[in-house]
Amino acid sequence: MSSPGLIRYISKPHPVTGVTNSKLGIWCFLASEVMLFGALFSAYILLRTGAPSWPRGSDLLNVPLATLNTIVLITSSVTMVMAWASLALKDFSKYRRYMGFTILLAFTFLVVKGFEYGHKFEHHHFPSTSNFYAIYFALTGLHGLHVIGGIIVNSYLLFPGSALWKTEPEQFMGRVECAGLYWHFVDLVWIFLFPVLYLL
Amino acid sequence: MEHSETEIKKHVKVYISVFAALAVLTVVTVAVSYLRLPFHQAVIVALSIATLKASLVALFFMHLISEKQIIFSILLLTAIIVAGLFFLPVASV
Repeated sequence: MSSPGLIRYISKPHPVTGVTNSKLGIWCFLASEVMLFGALFSAYILLRTGAPSWPRGSDLLNVPLATLNTIVLITSSVTMVMAWASLALKDFSKYRRYMGFTILLAFTFLVVKGFEYGHKFEHHHFPSTSNFYAIYFALTGLHGLHVIGGIIVNSYLLFPGSALWKTEPEQFMGRVECAGLYWHFVDLVWIFLFPVLYLL
Repeated sequence: MEHSETEIKKHVKVYISVFAALAVLTVVTVAVSYLRLPFHQAVIVALSIATLKASLVALFFMHLISEKQIIFSILLLTAIIVAGLFFLPVASV
């Protein structure tokens, strides 16, 4: 474990920080993600407060579809944490089922979002149409890219990456926990995007 | 984070309760939006519910409730910088 070139303390907590290096790393990454989305939310506030008039999200966007997507994403957060809990209970087949569900729900979210985008394009509503649509597409587009990123990581952990469970179960659990932290963050961003863009 | 079987089973029960709370809060926030409250009140209600939902996700799903000091230090620094980021546009208006 301590041979040169290997990253140490990925399964056991580092004696100085009390957490694994992987967990410290993912939290630093999430902190940078907060700044990325924070900058766009800040741009939204600037655009809205500076505009002579601003449309109500619910007058232009599909609230029932977005509500459905909120429930889909919340459910996927639960299945993700259940996937991790299944590994903690050493039930690998349950882990696969929950992780599979998480990926399926992520795809569902993208399909619903695709319908929403398609509907907007059909009515010739593009990012260039207005400041509202510009920030709407920028925020939801960036969030959608994060959902795609989550699907890629979770699919790796469901299929080829899961071989690690047999050789290094603790390290594998750590990876699933880090992927989970990222996935919950993606859910958390949507929790704010939904009321800000659709309801206010 | 405790990994004993009984502890994990306790966690699972908490996850289910949190899920139910998140679903109910989602319905509440949508229902309130149909009341067409004055804008300032609507912002306060919507953002309060969103903050409550986000706290539930962070505390229980992201295990912040039992996390180590170093993670909170990173988050505190992030919160201070992001607060500055939000204050800039508000202050410039």
